[in-house]
Amino acid sequence: MMTKKKGLAAIGVLIFATFPLWMKYVRPDDVRYWVDVINNVGLYAILALSLNVILGDAGMYNMGHAAFYAVGAYTGAILNTQLGVPILLALPVAGITAGIFSAIIARPVIHLRGDYLLIVTVGVGEILRIALINDVFGITGGPNGIFGIARPEFFGFKIKRPDHFFYLIWGFAALTLFLFNRLKQSRFGRALDYLREDAVAAEGSGINTDRYRLLAFLLGATWAGMTGSLFAAKMTIISPESFSFWESVVIFMIVILGGSGNMAGVILGTFIVIALPEVFRDFASARMLIFGLAMMVMMVFRTQGLLPPKPRKFNLPKLAEEGE
Amino acid sequence: MEEFVQQLTNGLAVGSIYALIALGYTMVYGVLKLINFAHGDLFTLGAYLGLTLLTSFSLQDKMGPLAAVGLLAIMVMGLVALIGALLDRVAYKPLRDSPRLSAVVSALGASIFLQNTVMLIYGARFRVYPQDILPRTVIDFFGMPIPLMRILILLVSLAMMVALYTFIQKTRIGTAIRAAAIDQGAARLMGINVDRVILIVFMVGPALGGAAGLMVGLYYGQINFTMGWVYGLKAFTAAILGGIGNIPGAMLGGLLLGVMEALGAAYISIAWKDAIAFMVLILILIVRPKGILGERVAEKI
Amino acid sequence: MMALLDLNGVTKTFGGLTAVGDVSFTVEEGSVVGLIGPNGAGKTTVFNLITGNYVPNSGSILFEGRELSGMATNKIVSSGIARTFQTIRLFQKMSVVENVLAGCHCRMKSGIFSAMLRTPSQRREELAALELAMRELAFVGLAHQAENLAANLSYGNQRLLEIARALATGPKLIILDEPAGGMNPQETDQLVALIAKLKERGITVLLIEHDMSLVMRACEKLVVLEYGIKIAEGKPDAVKTDPRVIEAYLGTD
Repeated sequence: MMTKKKGLAAIGVLIFATFPLWMKYVRPDDVRYWVDVINNVGLYAILALSLNVILGDAGMYNMGHAAFYAVGAYTGAILNTQLGVPILLALPVAGITAGIFSAIIARPVIHLRGDYLLIVTVGVGEILRIALINDVFGITGGPNGIFGIARPEFFGFKIKRPDHFFYLIWGFAALTLFLFNRLKQSRFGRALDYLREDAVAAEGSGINTDRYRLLAFLLGATWAGMTGSLFAAKMTIISPESFSFWESVVIFMIVILGGSGNMAGVILGTFIVIALPEVFRDFASARMLIFGLAMMVMMVFRTQGLLPPKPRKFNLPKLAEEGE
Repeated sequence: MEEFVQQLTNGLAVGSIYALIALGYTMVYGVLKLINFAHGDLFTLGAYLGLTLLTSFSLQDKMGPLAAVGLLAIMVMGLVALIGALLDRVAYKPLRDSPRLSAVVSALGASIFLQNTVMLIYGARFRVYPQDILPRTVIDFFGMPIPLMRILILLVSLAMMVALYTFIQKTRIGTAIRAAAIDQGAARLMGINVDRVILIVFMVGPALGGAAGLMVGLYYGQINFTMGWVYGLKAFTAAILGGIGNIPGAMLGGLLLGVMEALGAAYISIAWKDAIAFMVLILILIVRPKGILGERVAEKI
Repeated sequence: MMALLDLNGVTKTFGGLTAVGDVSFTVEEGSVVGLIGPNGAGKTTVFNLITGNYVPNSGSILFEGRELSGMATNKIVSSGIARTFQTIRLFQKMSVVENVLAGCHCRMKSGIFSAMLRTPSQRREELAALELAMRELAFVGLAHQAENLAANLSYGNQRLLEIARALATGPKLIILDEPAGGMNPQETDQLVALIAKLKERGITVLLIEHDMSLVMRACEKLVVLEYGIKIAEGKPDAVKTDPRVIEAYLGTD
């Protein structure tokens, strides 16, 4: 039973991993376009997974996630264009910068109730975007942004075609899934769950809730920052436009619709929100309308999203029998 | 000096628009402890409905301009009030007993839905209000020319706010609203129909927001489907600044924010104008979350 | 000898209302102390002051000679005071064993990186925590429910689960807020036995309870509050006959 499930999953992963290869035969004319769509799904998937730590696991309503994405993208782009740092080397620095930025922002507002935190994070995102447009440190290029970001190189191999990026982006997404899944099954992951379910009870059980709120922001923002650098590498041009309030809304929506707290749900949500409108292009202009409606309907009928998280399984030691 | 007075009066006019929208946030928050994120989009709807009614009936040709605008305002307010009541029925009422944050998500969904409905109907571009409705009279104020429109907006908004305040303080329904805001359960036990109170709140707030939308159309001459977010966030800031749940606070906060923005844009930097409100919002939430006139009750453990 | 817990002149006001006024009492190590009084006497407020949920306006709260007021709740818990809540505050949507693991948290060390790398010490720690959680569940008699959802437990069992979670923090002092609330007589008897077992383990107990039969059986010392003020203190038999206590509970003509 279990092995059959694992076999199916392996086949699924294999089919997906060879997507750029077989798509060539399915859609020979616009294979690059479709690979690029899936690359975008990959970027949003990582972003949504990183927001999921803050929103889904810790239960903090952050609707300014694009700000951390932007800090990472700009850090990577500036390091690359001004100092010539290869973009993949700049990636961790970009992540850490975004993480530090988030910690500074989050520190004073972390106690705010859900809906207030949401408004504050919206505000932070907008202030950052206005600062970028106004070229606040003289290094962000104002409304035009930064261009001429070098393509990434991986041990001498230059990553430039969409199918190259497919493996870079989805490789990073797979790593993210692997690491975040381990976190979920750890003391850290449980602490976020307790915090979300009942912060007073969590604190009363000896959990430093302030620290974990901050850590959730730090981790989520660090990951968003690294994703920002990947985005900069893929686009070679970035501008404040790419990090508008609507980006934050879309990422937020993915997590809520897919299943906050469940990574499989988040991935599913990304495909629905990002890839589906590409398939039904006639409805593309109505996509936000449909997703807005879906958010309302979902809260009434299925609050936890399409794929809600499942309870953790423990390998309970035989201690269970001693009890009675 | 003239620059200052111009900016001050402009700030007061814009601020009174913020205040009208803020009243909707604060009333809903008072009774339901919910931030109605879709409120800004009801304001947008007001602006677009005003445009449609104005262009399809050409009221200004049949009666005087002031009477036309007055009739228009009444129609817009009535329609937006109905939509507000409908919004509550569809998006919030089914969630009264759910966790509070479910209603927040539903409100966001409703906001996105309304905004995109407007976009699909009216298009994504800026729409222009007819320019010839109200005479572009300029009044001489101690030698300084002040547009009549500014003064009208300020006066009409103030009149509406005073009317609302009287309604809340002096009428039976107003008393019921205040009671429900303090303790819904107790109000219910006292025989107050809380559902009706919520319905009224969801009509009065959006009506004022719709009126504000119409004013923005008339004052600036152009409207856009996304403007509800920006105005909504600023009005929300105004409500927080004055003390959320507090009606005079919303008025004070709105006027204050309008003036701060206008003076900040004039004397600090126009490029940062839109950031001012957000900075005020963040500062007030960190330093004094209960706002200027608000009071906060300790949460029970 | 120094008392384990020492409240001295503790006062807490909300707005103009004095919820707790100048309350002093001590809890000796290894004892079982009951805090009783009519509804609204400020008992739970005293608990919230001890566990750092509220900060007193004045007075001191010493635990093993260290000042607690102003300390964060989680620090107070890890220094050795665990509590249960009057209105049950379990993580309802999580399993019983996960609820107890919450208590283990403050005795663990692994962080983000060791979890991502799944280091040997992290795995050992996780296993040890799971074993401890199961031991505490067995102690309160809920081991067979470990994989059930907390929300599916009976009211009485939810109270026991809160005790197991509190025990997992490794407390020297456990404070129980109406532990018998919602329990039937048999469950209450078992609770009395459980409190005795806690005392055997060397854990000091401070509890609020309305069930007088439980208080009289379980406690060695009682502290009586009325309108936030201490009106009596002493052995249960003495307190029971104290005219001021009788007056507080029954009123006067």
